[in-house]
Amino acid sequence: MNKLLFGRFIPGNSVIHRLDPRNKLLLSFYYIGIIFLANNWLTYLVLFLFTILAVRLSNIKMSFFIRGVRPLIWLILFTVLLQVFFTRGGTTYWSWGPIVLSQFGIVNGVYIFMRFVLIIFMSTLLTLTTPPLSLADAIEAILKPLRIVHFPVYEVALMLSIALRFVPTLMDETEKIMNAQRARGVDFGEGNIFQQMRAVVPLLIPLFVSSFNRAEDLATAMEARGYQGGEGRSKYRILTWRAADNWAVIAFVLLTGILIWLRA
Amino acid sequence: MTKIIEVEHLNFRYPQTEGRPALSDVNLTIEQGEWVAIIGHNGSGKSTLAKSLDGLLPLNPESGKIRVAGIELTEDSVWDIRRQIGMVFQNPDNQFVGATVEDDVAFGLENIGLPRDEMVTRVHDALARVRMTEFADREPARLSGGQKQRVAIAGVIALQPQIIILDESTSMLDPNGRIEVLDTVRELKEQENLTVISITHDIDEAANANRIIILDDGEIKESGTPAEIFQYGERLIELGLDVPYAERLKAALHRQGLVVPQQYLTEEGLVDWLWTLHSKM
Repeated sequence: MNKLLFGRFIPGNSVIHRLDPRNKLLLSFYYIGIIFLANNWLTYLVLFLFTILAVRLSNIKMSFFIRGVRPLIWLILFTVLLQVFFTRGGTTYWSWGPIVLSQFGIVNGVYIFMRFVLIIFMSTLLTLTTPPLSLADAIEAILKPLRIVHFPVYEVALMLSIALRFVPTLMDETEKIMNAQRARGVDFGEGNIFQQMRAVVPLLIPLFVSSFNRAEDLATAMEARGYQGGEGRSKYRILTWRAADNWAVIAFVLLTGILIWLRA
Repeated sequence: MTKIIEVEHLNFRYPQTEGRPALSDVNLTIEQGEWVAIIGHNGSGKSTLAKSLDGLLPLNPESGKIRVAGIELTEDSVWDIRRQIGMVFQNPDNQFVGATVEDDVAFGLENIGLPRDEMVTRVHDALARVRMTEFADREPARLSGGQKQRVAIAGVIALQPQIIILDESTSMLDPNGRIEVLDTVRELKEQENLTVISITHDIDEAANANRIIILDDGEIKESGTPAEIFQYGERLIELGLDVPYAERLKAALHRQGLVVPQQYLTEEGLVDWLWTLHSKM
């Protein structure tokens, strides 16, 4: 159960691990943007080498990244096959009604496949090297400008960090309730879809009620410790921008330049 | 000695309950540096009293006065009063706000807007005092119950309050965790001349207090030193309480036909009495 969600952060002390999480988050989004600049073999080769270099720098085994691709493999294959069989152009090798196997189709299919893999690798790199808490801090920092339009940035950040803090606690509790209900004869994950759904009720309702109790206790404890809302608070955790962050930005600027230059 | 807490004619009734009030006409003064244990069976109003002191329950002007460290509890002064009182609650999981130990200790300090440099020194200092320094970057899921409560205490003392209220803080802990937490509080109390109010079911915890107050159905029934209170012996059971170990042993010996002293004995006192008795025989 614990492997499911946020357990994917791998502690380490590599260059990538030490990057400012704000920088990492923004660069990951930026990377997804510039992937669409690539439109020929050379540009994809450059992106691939760049991604492999980033993965190497993180000191994390390749197998973790491949595992990141695995849950999405059917979506990828489906999209790739659509591209392959419904794109016309270039030499046509085979056709049957609307379905064609053309040169452009195959090339497009391979590009789409590369695109998916590159995006997944980069976002896996982000989650593997950044603790969820730092990611929450980064989101808070990035959302900060929205305070101008009265977006409750502090509250969202607090919600995010409390939610993250309670993930393992609630996981443990879910496990406990499941075992307690199993001991009383509930079968989880058996029978047809309706029976399975019905079996979830004795798990969900206690979990729901206990979350309310937790929320109330937590609110009382927070108030007793002087929490009066986001205004006027100082921050214990700070994010620091280091020299490596500058280098990372420079690397991305160079990459963008090369991609634009090599574009067909 | 200065009076740090004064409660006059405090009444409280939860809006959703009908019938008897949770607290009725409670009068109480607590001196600075005292360790007061409040005991009573379930539903006797112990937690309600603790929450009232910290201003965590809705105020009602007709229902009596509370003065903490010279400040009267009103809607305006409630945050000043909370600065004076640190509360440690029952469930160690549900009061852990931060994602790591350090963050949790810093939470209260962030709330008062302390500059970061001072926060760092205070957090490290507080963690050192509860001997949790090596756990500073751990997540709550990886700590034992006793350790979590020690972190909660660190979060409280980082704010340098004058009063610590333990609201059944040891009730969900194993015996080792309980001893750990109580030893930590005792040590801190000596160092800082803190006032400790412990709300508890644990009679052995109450035995360590300077004064015990028994609440029953929202009223103060008895108040006195542990020695005075524990002399009641079997009457404690009628009040829904346990009898301390030394008293239980005395009662058992009495049933075996031994003549036992009437006054309350601590465990050491009982050992002394037993060996003198043995040498006389």
